[in-house]
Amino acid sequence: MKFVDEFREPEVITKTAQEIRRLADPHRHYRIMEVCGGHTHAIYRFGLKDLLPENIELIHGPGCPVCVLPMGRIDDGLSIAQQPDVIFAAFGDMMRVPGTQGSPLEHKARGMDVRIVYSPSDALKLAQKSPDKHVMFFAIGFETTAPSTALTLVRAKAQGVHNFSVFCNHVTIIPAIRAILDSPDMRIDAFIGPGHVSTVIGCRPYEWIAQNENKPVAVSGFEPLDILQSIVMVLRQLKDCEAKIENQYKRVVPWEGNRAALRAMADVFELRPYFEWRGLGFISQSALRIRDNYAEWDSERRFQVPGVRVTDPKAAQCGEVLKGVLKPHQCKLFGKECTPEHPVGALMVSSEGSCAAYFNYEHRKTAMVNSIVSVA
Amino acid sequence: MAHGAGGKASRRLVEGLFAPLLFAPSSEPLGDAAHLNFNGIGLAITTDSFVVKPLSFPGGSIGELAVNGTVNDLAVSGAKAEAMVVTFVLEAGLPTPVLEAEVRAMGDAARKAGVRIVGGDTKVVEHGKADSMYITTTGIGRLISGLKIDPRSVRPCDKILLSGPIGDHGITILLARGELDLEADLRSDTRSVFPLVDALVKAAGPGVRWMRDPTRGGAATSLNELARDCAFGIVLVEEMIPVRDAVRGACELLGLDPLHIANEGQFLAVVAPEYADAALNALSLTSGGEGAQVIGEVREQPAGAVLVTTRYGGTRIIDMLVGDPLPRIC
Repeated sequence: MKFVDEFREPEVITKTAQEIRRLADPHRHYRIMEVCGGHTHAIYRFGLKDLLPENIELIHGPGCPVCVLPMGRIDDGLSIAQQPDVIFAAFGDMMRVPGTQGSPLEHKARGMDVRIVYSPSDALKLAQKSPDKHVMFFAIGFETTAPSTALTLVRAKAQGVHNFSVFCNHVTIIPAIRAILDSPDMRIDAFIGPGHVSTVIGCRPYEWIAQNENKPVAVSGFEPLDILQSIVMVLRQLKDCEAKIENQYKRVVPWEGNRAALRAMADVFELRPYFEWRGLGFISQSALRIRDNYAEWDSERRFQVPGVRVTDPKAAQCGEVLKGVLKPHQCKLFGKECTPEHPVGALMVSSEGSCAAYFNYEHRKTAMVNSIVSVA
Repeated sequence: MAHGAGGKASRRLVEGLFAPLLFAPSSEPLGDAAHLNFNGIGLAITTDSFVVKPLSFPGGSIGELAVNGTVNDLAVSGAKAEAMVVTFVLEAGLPTPVLEAEVRAMGDAARKAGVRIVGGDTKVVEHGKADSMYITTTGIGRLISGLKIDPRSVRPCDKILLSGPIGDHGITILLARGELDLEADLRSDTRSVFPLVDALVKAAGPGVRWMRDPTRGGAATSLNELARDCAFGIVLVEEMIPVRDAVRGACELLGLDPLHIANEGQFLAVVAPEYADAALNALSLTSGGEGAQVIGEVREQPAGAVLVTTRYGGTRIIDMLVGDPLPRIC
């Protein structure tokens, strides 16, 4: 498959892995955070940790939208959908995320009208096809998905679709990285920067990480070779005592970002003064809300929202895992009370969540003999 | 809902509730069909219900699935389907031509598979209650003599065979629902796998240890069940697993794993190493088996789990599917 297979070529991958071994100082321990959940998923799915020397530790960052969404927001969204004639529409990612009374899928099984959509515009189409219902799109995601929500709201207004609204949970990546760097128990040497987010915001917003915090960043694609090349980039910088922003994902990420997407976001959204992140707490100016001129399409203003706040179960250590202080399997609940089938924390839900990725792809590997099979 | 999706929850429902309350005590691992012995004649019996939206899709329809699904469950249990009874649950108001088309599809599929449909029942439920139509088929077949299918006979170094490309059915259905605005030249793989099973057994009968058709939950779920039942590890070589480009592309786009996607016309087999070449050869020479591959082997470790190795030396554990495969967007 074009644009995928080139980045999975064994020969190039092996060479890049060798380069990593050559660059890594054996007397040093490296802690590199991959910010984006997509990277976490790829690292496990492709078994990339097997290719890295032991002294390179990958820390899974906060860039998994469903993982950082507090349970109260899910309860709020579901409570709107409990009102008569409301359809709850969301990405598949959301469907198994637990609220206090169960996930959207469990609510569907109990009779709620829950639909999986593949884009916000599909939710708008659904509203146009169902004039006697109200479609609430439960919007999640970073700057990756926020522009498409913005454009959908523009279209809803232009076409006068009044039975459609957005329950906006869009968040922004930079304040989350800042919160992690500000955290006292944080010890991270370098970042693998988010790829998809950067297609929208570009590379400039990361410059402070290099300039003020003296940490290298490589904005990375999602194929095995992309991630390994990004590790090479940050290792080189660390070796040369440098800190700068490098763009490994040039084939997709323009340095200045996507102006049209940024404009659409600015037209429709404004920053919330503060927003709660699961595991990280309240972070100021870290999320988006819908501007007044789109108030009619804002579910939070159109419906009574209970404003539920739910504290995470005490034993769950999602925050520590999210900040990279603990590895998933070091949480007390991991694999016991908390599994992909019965997730306690959202990190166990999304296949991008570090706990689910670790559970699905990693934790039983310890039992494995290291021989790689060769089948005749 | 997850209890019907063929993965972990389905298994727990069967083992935790149905088996202890309904089944005669047995130490036999749960297979695709039950084996019975009547005066020295070995029979296999199985039943399956079919619930699919949309009713018809490129390459097949619910009627065809209902026949092939049961024929295949018998085939991978080592039996040739002989007779079948059918139950229809129909929604009031279902257009007659739709019903007629499905009945015709069943007749055609049954003739093709060489199975007789010998009886049935019809129930009609209120409008809006049954997604137009549910079909249940129950089939009985004669066990192929000399064949011993038992996951507990599986040994390290045994080879794992797959009859052809995976994921065609599941992705076809996903695209046929029309919610994705994606188009691909894909058809469901629904078919009877009996001719392939027959060829395999003729070529490698004494070496065939286990077979399964990886329907809902995909190949990953079937192989995890095998790993659990035989208590050895299943090690797959990713590059050997046949997947069409269109399926791979759709999976990449939606964040799905082809190993978790449903199939309706493929089967997996474990064959003793000394029979592996003959088995693969026999499959490859049979019509519809050209895409067969040896995709891995049984190892001591990781005991009870399925490990996938990648071309560049990375590895990952692949678990059973939890619930339905959900697309990943954000």
